Amino acid sequence: MQSNCPECDAVITLEDGTEVNEILVCPDCSSELEVTALEPPALAPAPMEEEDWGE
Amino acid sequence: MSAAPRLGILHSRVRVEEKWIFNALEARGADYARIDDSRVHFDLEDPGPWRQYAAVWLRSLSYTRGLYVARLLNSWGIPTINSAAVVETCGDKVATSAALAAAGLPQLQTRVAFSVEAALEAIEEIGYPVVLKPPVGSWGRLLAKINDRDAAEAILDHKATLGAVQHSVFYIQEFHEKDGRDIRVIVIGDQAVAGLYRKSAHWITNTARGAVGEACPITPELADICQQAAQAVGGGLLGIDLFEHPERGYLINEINHSTEFHTAQPVTGVDIADLMVDHVLQTAGLAQSARVA
Repeated sequence: MQSNCPECDAVITLEDGTEVNEILVCPDCSSELEVTALEPPALAPAPMEEEDWGE
Repeated sequence: MSAAPRLGILHSRVRVEEKWIFNALEARGADYARIDDSRVHFDLEDPGPWRQYAAVWLRSLSYTRGLYVARLLNSWGIPTINSAAVVETCGDKVATSAALAAAGLPQLQTRVAFSVEAALEAIEEIGYPVVLKPPVGSWGRLLAKINDRDAAEAILDHKATLGAVQHSVFYIQEFHEKDGRDIRVIVIGDQAVAGLYRKSAHWITNTARGAVGEACPITPELADICQQAAQAVGGGLLGIDLFEHPERGYLINEINHSTEFHTAQPVTGVDIADLMVDHVLQTAGLAQSARVA
């Protein structure tokens, strides 16, 4: 499966087992991207980290 | 006839932990649904759509979203793992410290103040250096080690000026020289199942900030204090962070209600996701319909 980086248009290959809502890093521009769909694959800029995130 | 209740998993980003959890559920043939916390909305008069869930497992990245979802579901009698009360206690450092103090458990000296003047007084009572933390937050964000009065005045003034009311809740702890490591212990129910040293040359030893993990043996003493800490906050699935003090022994630092274990699982070799799934299915009353070890 392949999609394009919404920031720099690089072609990104999604590995087997990729899940919706998973975060990927564009190998070209280093943007954090969220997988928003798998069929067909789609990527969007990942949400910014918020103050109450994490454990 | 309506379908049998299933497990819901509330999530934000799908991290490696969620992928392990989904895999473990699928390996058992468990019926579950993924619930994206950015897409849910609640009609407070109509719990109907949520009745499909025997329980909802909270894996949201956001403390606020997880807490509100838990409160709403619990108010309708739908259990969450962890419960709203546990999330509320663990997600707010003031509440965690208060629960630990009430249980008589060892922790760092901690003060809470609500104005710059009172915070300065509390800091000088403890003595420099101290650590200032936001009551809500993680991954080592916005922690400040304060070495002297000049730094204290500057940082407190900055925080008071930031605007959000939470920045004027000053949570102050003595600084502990932790010899380059702290410990995270994963507790499932009443069992401490895995321990991880988090090592860093920096005083913040969070793996989100580059600390390196190493397996930490769960000694009877460590298991005992972690079980007590878990009970003090209401129990469930927890990640307990501790310091080792040369004279005072283990000191509990934080308790995480939706713990990450991306480092602990591979480093310790314990299949934490698998153990959590067993616990959650048992708690949700779904163990019969899935293959629980």
